[in-house]
Amino acid sequence: MGAQVVTITSGKGGVGKTTAVANLAVALAADGARVVCIDADIGLRNLDVVMGLENRIVYDLVDVIEGRCRLRQAMIRDKRLPELYLIPAAQTRDKSAVSPSDMIRLCEELRNDVDWILIDSPAGIERGFKNAIAPADQVLVITNPEVSAVRDADRVIGILEAEGKGTPSLIINRLNQTMVKHGDMLSAEDVLDLLAIKLIGIVPEDDQVIVATNRGVPVALDHKSRAGQAFRDIARRLKGEQVPFMNLEAGSSLWERIIRLGRK
Amino acid sequence: MLNFLKSKRSATSAKERLQLVLIHDRTDLAPAELDALKDDLLAVISRYVEIETEQVRIRLEGDGRSQRLVADIPLRSKTRRRSG
Ligand SMILES: Nc1ncnc2c1ncn2[C@@H]1O[C@H](COP(=O)(O)OP(=O)(O)OP(=O)(O)O)[C@@H](O)[C@H]1O
Ligand SMILES: [Mg+2]
Repeated sequence: MGAQVVTITSGKGGVGKTTAVANLAVALAADGARVVCIDADIGLRNLDVVMGLENRIVYDLVDVIEGRCRLRQAMIRDKRLPELYLIPAAQTRDKSAVSPSDMIRLCEELRNDVDWILIDSPAGIERGFKNAIAPADQVLVITNPEVSAVRDADRVIGILEAEGKGTPSLIINRLNQTMVKHGDMLSAEDVLDLLAIKLIGIVPEDDQVIVATNRGVPVALDHKSRAGQAFRDIARRLKGEQVPFMNLEAGSSLWERIIRLGRK
Repeated sequence: MLNFLKSKRSATSAKERLQLVLIHDRTDLAPAELDALKDDLLAVISRYVEIETEQVRIRLEGDGRSQRLVADIPLRSKTRRRSG
């Protein structure tokens, strides 16, 4: 058996990779799974603060890779969920301190002890991105319904296909249904139409994401938040469950498309 | 209604612009290169048959994640060529 390695990447920066990793990790772990998140954004460490674990860091990813500590010592245990761990990025190094084969070796070592390994990729398509996708069994591309984010997502999907990583699944984040209704934001259906890959989740724009991040408590733990619900639904789909897409007034044609893409 | 048609919704512009950009990104073929390709293609075909130049339609089309070059090149009919 062994863990499933899932990498979240985007091309464009700031579209919600770190937020998604933190929330999927929390959602999976809250369900009893053993989860390790790896922050592969060397030099721009962030997953620690989003998860509220910044005060517990002693060792980081580069310490493990360079043999200054054992793997277990760099795994920070979550405050709330006993089977959730974070391996933080090094803050004072750059991406060249890690290679794709280092990442593969690290995940091989972890694989037998956990159920999920979630990797937070840096933005871009260079070394840090290559490191993040190297060990992935499955890649999730996250985008916003916005011109440059969609274009960059398309580039990344093309690179993943060319590198033999298969076709990734898509998360559309920060969808503002009011703007879509007024014709001023690409709809989920538009984005799917353009990128033509399988959809795994639509996360609405939600102020609670920022509130939750301020506190270091991922929004998936907030059962009143719509974004939290969307992340919990994605976690269930990752596990292979059939979960209907939240009613974002997307219309029936979206449904048909999802079904059609799912069959491909 | 007229007003609505005049000021196209920004989401519609976004989608149309992305459709074109993605096709060119995916094929690594700039619009100018596509024009040169069309000229070359027609030049080669013209060595063998006569083409109805005004009716030629060559364009890139997206189909899921793959693109195809679709060419509709009407040929001048033999009878017309003789009579003309
Ligand atoms: N669904 C959402 N609703 C509202 N705000 C969101 C949502 N998702 C993400 N954000 C906010 O967007 C910002 C960027 O998110 P995040 O840091 O997760 O992106 P990233 O892709 O990891 O960025 P980087 O490329 O810099 O690593 C954060 O301030 C986050 O709180
Ligand atoms: Mg990030």
